[in-house]
Amino acid sequence: MTDKTGRPEGPTMTKRRGLFAALEIDTRLLGMIGAFAVICLVFQVWTGINSQALRGDVAMNPAAWLVEGRFLTPRNIFNLTIQTVSVALMAAGMVFVIVTRHIDLSVGSLLATCSAMMAMTQTVVLPEYFGLGLEHPLIAPVSILVGMVTGVVIGAFHGWLIGYLMIPAFIVTLGGLFVWRNVAWHLTGGQTIGPLDGNFQLFGGINGTLGVTWSWAFGLLAILAAFYAILSSRRAKVSHDFPVKPVWAELTLAAFAAVAILGFVAILNAYDVPAGRLRRLFEERGEVMPEGFTAGYGLPISVLVLIVVAAIITMVARRTRLGRYIYAFGGNPEAAELAGIRTRFLTVKVFAIMGLLCAISAVVASARQTFHSNDIGTLDELRVIAAAVIGGTALSGGAGTIYGAILGALIMQSLQSGMAMVGVDAPYQNIVVGIVLVLAVFVDIVYRRRTGDRV
Amino acid sequence: MSSEMNGIDRTGTPLVEMRDMVKTFGGIRAVDHVTVNLYPGEVVGILGHNGAGKSVLMKMLSGALPRDAGQILVKGRDAPITNPRDARDYRIETIYQYLALADNLDAASNLFLGRELVTPMGLLDDARMEAETRKIMHRLNPNFRRYNAPVKALSGGQRQSVAIARAVYFNAEILIMDEPTAALGVEETRMVAELIDELKKQGIGIFLIDHDIHQVKALCDRASVMKNGRLVGTVDVHRATEDDLLGMIIAGKNPEHLAA
Repeated sequence: MTDKTGRPEGPTMTKRRGLFAALEIDTRLLGMIGAFAVICLVFQVWTGINSQALRGDVAMNPAAWLVEGRFLTPRNIFNLTIQTVSVALMAAGMVFVIVTRHIDLSVGSLLATCSAMMAMTQTVVLPEYFGLGLEHPLIAPVSILVGMVTGVVIGAFHGWLIGYLMIPAFIVTLGGLFVWRNVAWHLTGGQTIGPLDGNFQLFGGINGTLGVTWSWAFGLLAILAAFYAILSSRRAKVSHDFPVKPVWAELTLAAFAAVAILGFVAILNAYDVPAGRLRRLFEERGEVMPEGFTAGYGLPISVLVLIVVAAIITMVARRTRLGRYIYAFGGNPEAAELAGIRTRFLTVKVFAIMGLLCAISAVVASARQTFHSNDIGTLDELRVIAAAVIGGTALSGGAGTIYGAILGALIMQSLQSGMAMVGVDAPYQNIVVGIVLVLAVFVDIVYRRRTGDRV
Repeated sequence: MSSEMNGIDRTGTPLVEMRDMVKTFGGIRAVDHVTVNLYPGEVVGILGHNGAGKSVLMKMLSGALPRDAGQILVKGRDAPITNPRDARDYRIETIYQYLALADNLDAASNLFLGRELVTPMGLLDDARMEAETRKIMHRLNPNFRRYNAPVKALSGGQRQSVAIARAVYFNAEILIMDEPTAALGVEETRMVAELIDELKKQGIGIFLIDHDIHQVKALCDRASVMKNGRLVGTVDVHRATEDDLLGMIIAGKNPEHLAA
């Protein structure tokens, strides 16, 4: 919905101006991609200089710095994506929460409770009480289901307190921040629970990837989906005689999408599984690894989960009544109420979705570290809110996009891992992230003022 | 009291009757046993000072506020309206003073808010909604072009035409307009007046809340005046002078000879 603001409109519909106007690209999205590119370049150069300094001869040659940098390597990009998934998943849900003029401070704690429920289900309840034993094929799906139900129920409960009992979301979720962190502690008796089920661990990132072939297959599928989306939206417009973009603009967009998807897959495929690990895999199967055998990791399953979730949530936001009502409520709660929308139940739904995404995020986060720990998800609420806000979600409600929030999460994560790579200490990293958050919101406010949007 | 006045037939069943309506807020009677009615093709002005209870009375009809006592009849039948969805089922549409539009959405999304058109798969059919919006807006405001802009980017008159289009599109039989011209310029006010005339010809009944006596004289057939939550009286606007109306509003004097 909100991206419609970026479209040129008015009586001059036929007279298109400029390249970006014709492509109808969201300028905010462009700005964020630009910021991300700058961050990548800075760290690429910085790591390049660092590795030259390590050898003792820093060349005064920017090209050499770029080439020797370690930030834009397949390995680092792979790590960056799997580190981003957990926060990005929750940020997608936080968009709905903030769009409806609420806030959720409890997501990190809710993640911990969901993680604890799943950890106990898969290591104690199912193997011992139900006698399935460890590593039973039912363990992972049942545990994940338990986690999701936990997340939805707790989220809906928050929504009920906020929507029906009229307790401010800030207070309800601040309470939730304390409660659920320690419910998690109670569930596990304060212990670290692990190792988690093998199948469950597939969702963690490096322990579960599609491999080269399936990654390409997914890439092609994604391209087909993108083409179909572009085509069907054009068809709908043509069938009602609405103005459409010039064909070259549609083709350019389609080509960009295809290149971006294939490029992403190619990078992830280029990250080779270490030889030692491959050899062990062959040995486990009782085979000997052929000489010179290599295999790329490809697309991590966790990233696949994020892509699917992002697509579904975006679909909900733009193409369903629920999404329309979420944005309408954010734009004018009274108007939504007068239009006959059940706004209280809407609040319950929004927080239930947030809870579900916390649960999915808990799967990825605990699988990534291969065990459940008491501190899992600590401070995630702040990262998630920051990601959504950097991604252009307005705290005054009514405006925000899912892709923006995910890009926001990626920008935050790349800042942090970049600084870690060049040796900035963790406290300084946090100082920088805090400053960037405030700066990003300031830039956003200036942008909104210019476009006449609500601040 | 003539049954035929200014071409409006008041012999049959009224479109709407609100009988003995009561609404109390914390011990204060905002609406105190008020009875008003409305016939097809008629504009009834609801007049009074701020706090006289005009808006509260109308909100009980539109379902925005539940009533404490009283009865609403639509075409002679009991209409137990408790929320905005009920009101819509009785073809009652409201154009609120502050327009009740979601600023961040475009004209089509606002027009269909709460009653979206969907595809067979249950997804929003934005293209069809926009096409329908273009049709109705073409009738009401032929110069309107900004279908892809959020309504916050529209002028007061354009926003008003979106709000009116919403009522017209869903075949309102009863229209409540809360100071529809308060935020408008001269030209836009004229446009709304023309539109009200048009709607009257189609047999739509309109309750018009207004402060502006000139406006009421120009647009209304009858006027029900309220003061401190009570009904002062209902008069034939064409026979009443502006002084008569002001006397009712300010002093609560009911000129019996003008009763209608």
